[in-house]
Amino acid sequence: MRSSWNARWPEHPAEQSVDAKALTERELMEIIVCIKRVPDVSEIEVELARDGRSIVTRDLDYDVNEWDNFAIEAAVQLKEAQGARVTAITVGDDDSEDVLRRALAMGVDDAVHLMDPAFEGSDAWGLATILHRAIADRPRDLVLTGAISADQARGQVGGMLAAMLDIPMVALVTDLAVEGGTTTVRHEVEGGLERIEQVDLPALLTVQTGMNEPRYVSIRGIRKVAKAEIPVLTAVDLGLDPATIGTGAVRVTEEGVSLPTRGGGGQILSGSADEVIAGLVDRLQQQGGF
Amino acid sequence: MRKILVVVERSRGALDETAFELHSAAKELGEPAVAAVLMGEDLAAPKAELVRWFDEVHVFEDPRLAQPDGDFQARLLAPFVQREQPLATLVPHTNTGMELAPMLAARVDAPLIADAVTMEVAGETAGGHVRALRMVLAGKVQARVSATGGPCGVILSVRPGAFTPLDRPPEAGGTVHSEAVPADVSPRRRFVETVTPDPSAVDISQAEVLVAVGRGIEDEENLDEVRSLAEAMGAEVACTRPVVDKKWLEKSRQVGTSGVTVKPRVYLALGISGSFQHMGGIKGGPFIAAINKDPAAPIFDVADVGVVGDILDLVPLLEEKIRERKT
Amino acid sequence: MAPAPAEQIYLGLPGPALQLVLLLLSLSAFAYILWKRIGLLRLAAPDPRLDRGLTRLRELLVVGFGQSRQPRYPVAGSLHILIFAGFLILSVRSFTLLGEGFQEGFSEIGAGYATVKDVTALIVLLACAVAAVRRLVFRPARYRDRYARVSHSHEAYVILGLIALLMVADALYEGSEMALAAQAGNGAGAPMSAASSSGGGFLPLASAAAWLLGGGSAAALEVLHLSGFWVHNVALLFFLCYLPVSKHFHVITALPNVFLSNLGAGGRVKPPRHDQPDLDELEELGVAKLEDFTWKHILDFYSCTDCGRCSDHCPAYFTGTPLSPRMISIKCRDEAYAHFPIFGKASAAEARAELVGDTIADEELWACTTCGACEEACPVLIEYVDKIVDMRRFLVDEGRVPPSLQKPMSDLEKRGNPYGKPSRKRADWILNGNNAENGADGGGDASDDESDGGSCGVRRLAPGERAELLFFTDSCVAFDPRIQATARAFGRVLAAAGDDVGTLGADEVDSGHEARRMGEEGLFEALREQNMDALKERSFERVVTTDPHAFNALKHDYELEQPVQHHSQVLAELIRNDRLSFRSTDDDRVYTFHDPCYLGRHNGEYDAPREVLDGLGVRTVEMERNGNRSFCCGGGSLYLFYEGESETRMGEARLDMAEKAGAQVVVTACPFCLINLEDALKTTGRDDRMEIIDLAELVERSLA
Repeated sequence: MRSSWNARWPEHPAEQSVDAKALTERELMEIIVCIKRVPDVSEIEVELARDGRSIVTRDLDYDVNEWDNFAIEAAVQLKEAQGARVTAITVGDDDSEDVLRRALAMGVDDAVHLMDPAFEGSDAWGLATILHRAIADRPRDLVLTGAISADQARGQVGGMLAAMLDIPMVALVTDLAVEGGTTTVRHEVEGGLERIEQVDLPALLTVQTGMNEPRYVSIRGIRKVAKAEIPVLTAVDLGLDPATIGTGAVRVTEEGVSLPTRGGGGQILSGSADEVIAGLVDRLQQQGGF
Repeated sequence: MRKILVVVERSRGALDETAFELHSAAKELGEPAVAAVLMGEDLAAPKAELVRWFDEVHVFEDPRLAQPDGDFQARLLAPFVQREQPLATLVPHTNTGMELAPMLAARVDAPLIADAVTMEVAGETAGGHVRALRMVLAGKVQARVSATGGPCGVILSVRPGAFTPLDRPPEAGGTVHSEAVPADVSPRRRFVETVTPDPSAVDISQAEVLVAVGRGIEDEENLDEVRSLAEAMGAEVACTRPVVDKKWLEKSRQVGTSGVTVKPRVYLALGISGSFQHMGGIKGGPFIAAINKDPAAPIFDVADVGVVGDILDLVPLLEEKIRERKT
Repeated sequence: MAPAPAEQIYLGLPGPALQLVLLLLSLSAFAYILWKRIGLLRLAAPDPRLDRGLTRLRELLVVGFGQSRQPRYPVAGSLHILIFAGFLILSVRSFTLLGEGFQEGFSEIGAGYATVKDVTALIVLLACAVAAVRRLVFRPARYRDRYARVSHSHEAYVILGLIALLMVADALYEGSEMALAAQAGNGAGAPMSAASSSGGGFLPLASAAAWLLGGGSAAALEVLHLSGFWVHNVALLFFLCYLPVSKHFHVITALPNVFLSNLGAGGRVKPPRHDQPDLDELEELGVAKLEDFTWKHILDFYSCTDCGRCSDHCPAYFTGTPLSPRMISIKCRDEAYAHFPIFGKASAAEARAELVGDTIADEELWACTTCGACEEACPVLIEYVDKIVDMRRFLVDEGRVPPSLQKPMSDLEKRGNPYGKPSRKRADWILNGNNAENGADGGGDASDDESDGGSCGVRRLAPGERAELLFFTDSCVAFDPRIQATARAFGRVLAAAGDDVGTLGADEVDSGHEARRMGEEGLFEALREQNMDALKERSFERVVTTDPHAFNALKHDYELEQPVQHHSQVLAELIRNDRLSFRSTDDDRVYTFHDPCYLGRHNGEYDAPREVLDGLGVRTVEMERNGNRSFCCGGGSLYLFYEGESETRMGEARLDMAEKAGAQVVVTACPFCLINLEDALKTTGRDDRMEIIDLAELVERSLA
């Protein structure tokens, strides 16, 4: 079954390749959602680890990246409305299986776990490379990613992946419809405006938060998919040379982390009204408050 | 000496402020020539403006570039960057820049440092070893990153507002270079229309700067002062639940556990006591400035800077000083 | 002499034969209708309701026959009691009149009963008239539900009309007979009633009819006599068959419904399925369609009279949220009657509109705070909380949870509290600084002992350790700075009494009380398991909590060996046993106690907090809605996160009531009541003249 897809989806389609016809011939639209497990730091006072290169993870809880959650919901809603097969993919360690199970509980059909010690420490380029290898040989009409991830906040993987797959991409999508091999998207542009555009499939869209109302995943929902098979693909399975990915192959090196300086902190300004307001304006300006 | 490319954006026909911010950012990387890359149609005016700032201005003028389309821009610029072999290419980390930068980086096989807030060239390496600071983990941590560029240098997307433009143009007297837009590279996205979001459906969750008002406002009429201050700061107005309960402001502006969760960079709390329920809606550890009559208000426990006083007196003064400072 | 109905020939049919035909027709119609109605019950989910027979019998006598829930509404309640008593008394008369159709004289059972029935008939007739005038002219607001799409009000008139018709027909039947007897010259001096077929006695209604008809011709009176008889019988039999197709099915189902009630579940919620304790074994969770309800819950729908007492007491309805508990019953019954019709086949579930989603909107269900006021008001013990929780279970299973609740619920799962705070910091409140006390206790005598460094004598118990009293804090107490202060105050009171108190520290997680009531049963089970493990690792005599929700959860949802107490009960005990000494108070403000739903209504503890107030010697006053009529403050725990639409807020409405009662200080014994009411204090600008305080804080403030 898959091999016939391979024939229809060349690894490097020509620049103008618009495979919309392939979709109309196929019974089901294929959607791939790339997701990531990230720490939730919203209520945490972050502390730096002694090595100065990472943070203390004691209080951290992990969950699917918020943006990715909207992407999963968008895919599942498309599936429910017009039929599609949705596959969730993540690159990550053992624990990342959690976010795949969560996606399955939301209604995703398949999950693929890309896991290999060689993947560890990959930068955006590395992640895009791994995802590309995993996706390139699969049927995919629509590839969805979160616009950014809450941990690294780079917003790079989607764009790089689109370039590697050589399919068009639109960032910060806030609404999405698919009809006859074309997707009509609304996405955020500058100045608080949004633009509606059309792109022929296959295409990659990065999803902005607030696009939909992601469904709740109950404990029971997770337990129901606890036994679902999730295939694990390693570097070897993907035909990736370990030297091209992971810590050793990063293009952007993280040299260390620090906490942003936040001035005095908790300082109560005193003096005449003019003085305190002048002081307040100084501080606001330093922080980019206007 | 390899030059630095700066991709400039336009907003509503005029040059976007980021063009000049990135000009300043480029100067942080040393003394190489700085070249602006301008894409669009009807570019006479921005072209004229840019030559006063940049050493070179490379112009891609084509009706197909009328709408910003990072996907198209990346495919257009990839051969250009490969030809120019710059030390670095700076792209504003705007919505279009978030499309352009990663696609361009992947196409020209160059490292990309995204959303940089500082940058410098490290050492003497001619290949261009660039260091930058960027914010990670919801802005709670800053990361020091570095990248060494290959033939196409390093690409950096630069956070808007992170660099201050020069007061006036350096009168660079730049040269204009018209660049060809190959006919065989076409947009893959079709523009349909621009929509202005419903102004009543304000989304404070995405606001960078919030001016939030609480019960200390006392009267609905006093809100005008706050709106005017927010306008001066380029901020959105937010509020606490009591203000919504009195129907003085829309529910969509309420910050808190039973309202909107916000993650601004700066949060100015006016007449807000700082209840647990309100503070629960503020995420990402913003810089919090507070004005409150009550010196014992819990808001002062979490504020980075506080002023004890009546907001009704201080807000007009604050607005005046800010407007002064901005001009 | 008046003609005997049984002796006449009607169109060739002897009287008894006609009566038999009527009876057979109506009884078989009634049996058929009832069978159809029972059909839905048979499809519904199981629920064992035949335990504790004696208690059920007592409930039937007190609430059913005793009509104990009626007097809450003096006018309507009295009218109902009159009509209900009349119904019981007159049912004998109705039965004997049916017999009269077969055999002359069957309805003569003595002057005593005749007097009682005739006086009763007069009273019932008057009560019907008053009720109709009330509905027509005075139109009590309670009868019009703001969300009613179809009015069932006409059914009330049909029923009132039918009852009145029965009375009038009987009066004509008997009155015409008496008039005939008078005309036949039984003597003006003899009491007319002596001529009545019911056996004489004092017959005001029949005599009045006889007096009215006195001038009629004998032939006309004879026709009237027979017509009155048959109209009465036909009306009675029609009435019987009309009941199960109208909102007046309650005439038949109310008493069984009371007998089969949940006997005051006392804060318990029903398990998702009575026949399957393991959630994972269930194909679907919760109620999505009619048949998913238990048979008893369907019987509830049948038993609703649309009286509106539930919604009248519902704080969610009061404050303008989309919820009206009455409409839950009415809409479900309309659906039941429409889809399980008397004639024709029941419609397939797929062919119907979605019960949960279309008929009952998600927002209605999320608006309920599970305060239980509706159930306390219902005269026939209809259950609402269990139904709403069951429907929420379905929504949660479907993932249809409002965005504002998703984050706190997932934080409950990951961190054991809805605020997303690190679980490691759960016991930090013990040592937290005094800022909260100083900042929030506006009216308090600032005697907080700063020198104790914020410590309050509560220890964190490591596994294996022991304390006399285990203080289960729950999340709000653990993390909300304002509420932490109440816990420390309680700790200091216990320390003053010399009690040895420990907490689970960071091993405690949320009790899961609201998670369960929000329909997230799996999450509740997971939280309970964690807490039970932590509790089992430590030894203690009693568990105490300052949060009535936690109290309710520990008491009913957990199966603890040790007794569970609410802090108001512990404080009352300390005062009763003279273990605390207070300084004299010069506070002349007026205090009122706001009963938290899960302390009062759900657990019946109304006295302990009042005992404490009395012990402190403060001046107290009761709000009109106190005790089991208490008005919910707005809901606890997850409800603080819920972003629903409403016109006003419950807390504000509650403060209006407190002020009306003349109170300056509202004392409560629940962290969420404190938060909601303090919030309302600010939003209504009352913070300069009123104060909200927790019972423990008040006690601590008064310590010598």
